[in-house]
Amino acid sequence: MTTPSAGSAPGTEPTYLDANATEPLRPAAGAAMLDAARLVGNPSSVHGAGRAARAMLENARSTVARRLGVEALNCVFTSGGTEANVLAMHGLGGGRRFLIGRTEHDAVRKGVPPTAAGPIEWLEVGADGQVRLDLLEQSLARRDAAPAFVCLMLANNETGVLHPMAEVARLCTHYGAHLHVDAVQGAGRFDISVREQGFGSVACSGHKMGGPKGAGALLLGGPAPTRLDPIFEGGGQEQGRRGGTQALPAIAGLAAALEEGLDNPRDLAPLRDRLEHAAVQAGAVVCGAGAARLANTSCLALPGRRAQGQLMRLDLDGLCVSAGSACSSGKVAFSHVLDAMGLGPLAGQAVRVSLPWNVTAAGVERFMAAYTAMAAATRETAEPMAGNVPAGVVRA
Amino acid sequence: MRILVAMSGGVDSSVVAARLQEEGHEVVGATLQLYDSRKAAKKGACCAGQDIRDARAVADRLGFAHYVIDAERRFQDSVIERFADAYAAGETPVPCVACNQGVKFTDLLGLAREIGAQAMATGHYVRRVEGPQGAELHRPVDIARDQSWFLFATTRAQLDFLRFPLGDMPDKASVRREAERFGLVVANKPDSQDLCFVSDGSYVDLVERMHPEMAGPGEIVDRHGHVVGQHEGVMRFTVGQSKRLGNAARLDGERQMVVGVEPGRKRVIIGPREGAYTSTLSVRDVNWLVDAPPEGLVCDVQMRAREAPRAARVVPMAGGGAQVFLNEPAMPAPGQACVFYRDTRILGGGFIRRAEGLAA
Repeated sequence: MTTPSAGSAPGTEPTYLDANATEPLRPAAGAAMLDAARLVGNPSSVHGAGRAARAMLENARSTVARRLGVEALNCVFTSGGTEANVLAMHGLGGGRRFLIGRTEHDAVRKGVPPTAAGPIEWLEVGADGQVRLDLLEQSLARRDAAPAFVCLMLANNETGVLHPMAEVARLCTHYGAHLHVDAVQGAGRFDISVREQGFGSVACSGHKMGGPKGAGALLLGGPAPTRLDPIFEGGGQEQGRRGGTQALPAIAGLAAALEEGLDNPRDLAPLRDRLEHAAVQAGAVVCGAGAARLANTSCLALPGRRAQGQLMRLDLDGLCVSAGSACSSGKVAFSHVLDAMGLGPLAGQAVRVSLPWNVTAAGVERFMAAYTAMAAATRETAEPMAGNVPAGVVRA
Repeated sequence: MRILVAMSGGVDSSVVAARLQEEGHEVVGATLQLYDSRKAAKKGACCAGQDIRDARAVADRLGFAHYVIDAERRFQDSVIERFADAYAAGETPVPCVACNQGVKFTDLLGLAREIGAQAMATGHYVRRVEGPQGAELHRPVDIARDQSWFLFATTRAQLDFLRFPLGDMPDKASVRREAERFGLVVANKPDSQDLCFVSDGSYVDLVERMHPEMAGPGEIVDRHGHVVGQHEGVMRFTVGQSKRLGNAARLDGERQMVVGVEPGRKRVIIGPREGAYTSTLSVRDVNWLVDAPPEGLVCDVQMRAREAPRAARVVPMAGGGAQVFLNEPAMPAPGQACVFYRDTRILGGGFIRRAEGLAA
C-alpha cells in the first residue's frame, strides 16, 4: 500500500504488526541467503560449482523435510505459497471433486484445475470460523461422486483460527479423500508432521516464517518420490515435478528460517491477550475468539467503523496492520472469511493485527494507545449497527 | 494540517496534492476504485487501472501515503443504476452530480473525517471563497474549465470542509507547467472525456442492458399522437434535440425538436421549435448555498453544462423544490440541473422536473 515510512510521524520508525502478510527476516535466514548468493553454480550442473550448489539445495531440502515430517524427496520447492497450493491441486487433483473451506485463501479458492470433477463444493464454517465436521462428513460420504480432494488451511490468515485437523484427517482417511493443507500461516510457528498427522500434501511459504520472499515448498505425505504432474516441465527439476532452476538463496533462507523458528519458540499469547483486552475495552469484538487460534493473530472488528478508515488512520499513526487479504491494488475488500463466519457488516469493519516473531512489548503498547484513541475519535461518526453483534465473537 | 486529496490519477488532482504538500500540509492521497477496470479494458493483471497506478506513482514520487478506496458497489448503486433509471423515467440525467454528491462528497469526505483530516481537496475547477456568512462556491478563473455547474449539490457543511486549489489557475497550460515543475509523470496525460464509466463512449448499450424494456426502435409522434417517423431507441433523445429525427425534422415547413420522451411506450414526442419553449419550470431536490428568501430571488440560471446563463426569478417551494420563472422562454430538459448564479457565485440549484402530461 505505502512504504512504511511514508505515513508515520516524522522521526519515528513504524511499528510492524503484520506478520501474517510477511514475517520480518530472521537472522539465520539472512546469513544463509548471503552464503547461497555467493555460490556460482547451478544445482543442475555437473561440474564442481554445480555440485556445491546442489549440496546446499539438498541440505535445505532435507532440513525442511525433516522438520515438517516427510521424506526428503517429497519436499518440492516452488516460488512460494500460492504456487505450492496450486501445484498440489493441479498435480494431484485431476478427476477429483474439490471440497474447499469457505475461509480458504484466494490462492486455494481460485486454484482449482480445469481437470477437476464438477463444480467446487464449499465447506461451511461455524460462527467461530472452524469447519463444520458434520457437513464435511456429509460431503465425503456421497457414494455416487468422484473421489474427493479436500482443501482446508492449518491456520486462517485473517483470524488465526485453527480447524480441528486431527478429526478432518481422520475423516479424509476413512472416506479415501486426499487432504491438502495450506500451512502457510502455521509452518515454522509450531511443530507439524505431515505424515504423522495424516495430511496428503502441505503447502508452505518462506517469507511467512521469516525467510525471504520467493520460495515455498510443497510437502507430499506419501512414499517418496510421490508422483506429481508438473504445471511446467522445463528442465525436469525437482524430480520432474517442478521445472525451472531453483532459487537457491531464497530456498536456503526458507530452510534456515524454519529451523530457527522451530528451535526458538516464543509464546506470543500473553502479549496478544493484553492487546485484545485493550481493544475490547475500546469497543472492539475479537472475531474467532471462541476457537483455538494462532497465538499471534487478532482480528478486531470495531462495529460501525469501516476497515478502510481504521487502517488508514493506524497507518498514518505509524502502525502497520491489515484488513482482509489485500488485493494487489491495495484496496481494502470485504472479508470473505468473516462473511463466511456469519458476521454480517463486521466483515467490512475488522482489522487484523498479527504479531511478528520479534515484536516488543513497547510495540504492542503503541498499538493499544493508537487503537484506543482511534476508537474514541471515531465513535461519533460510527454508523449505527443494524441488529446486534453476533454472539460468540466477543472475547470474555 | 492533514488534508485528504481525492486523486483521480490525472494531472489536475496530482498538482493539487503536490502544491498542498509544498505549502507544508500533511497530504494523504486517496483514489476511488469505481469499477473493475478488467471488465472494461480486457487486459491488465490487476483490478487497478492505469489511473490508480498513476495516482500511486505521483504519491510515491512525492513521498506521501496513498490509499485505494473500494467504491465499486456504491458507485454501481448510487450512480450507474440511478443513471439508467433516470433514462427509463424519460429524463436526461447528470451522473457526475450524483457521483460528486454521494461517492465523493459524502463517502470519501466521511473517510477524511474518520482519519482525522481537517480538510479534503479535489482537482475541480471551481473557487471556494471565504465570505462573511461562511464558504461560498464560485466559478473558477479559467471559465473554459468551469465545473461549478456539476458541483451545485455540494452542501454548506461539505463546502466548509472542501478545498479547490485549482480554482485560481489561469488556464490548463499553467497546471501542466506546475506538474512539470514537480516532475510528475502525469504532466502530459490527456484530459479525461465524457462519462468515466462508459469505456467506449456510448451510454446507450449500458442503459439498454439495465433496462432491456426500453431497447429497440419505436415511433416518433407529434403532439397529437400522430406517428410521423421511426427512431432507433429512446435513449438517444433528449428534450430540445433536433438531431436524429430523420424526415420528421421538418414538418409542414416548420423545424421540429424533441419535446418529450416516453420510455415505457418507446415514443419520442416532437413539436415545432417555436412553440416548444416555456417560461416556467419546476425543480426538485434543491440545494441552497444561501438562505433563500421566501419571496424568491432574482438571479441567473444555467440549465445545461455548456450554456450561457439566463435571467430568471427563483421562488423556493415547500418540500425542497423551487419554481423558476425565466425572463425569456427556453427549453429545459428534465433530469438536467438548473443552477442559480449571481455573477460568479452559486446560490443554489436543483434538478429539472418532467413537464406534466407525459408517460414514463
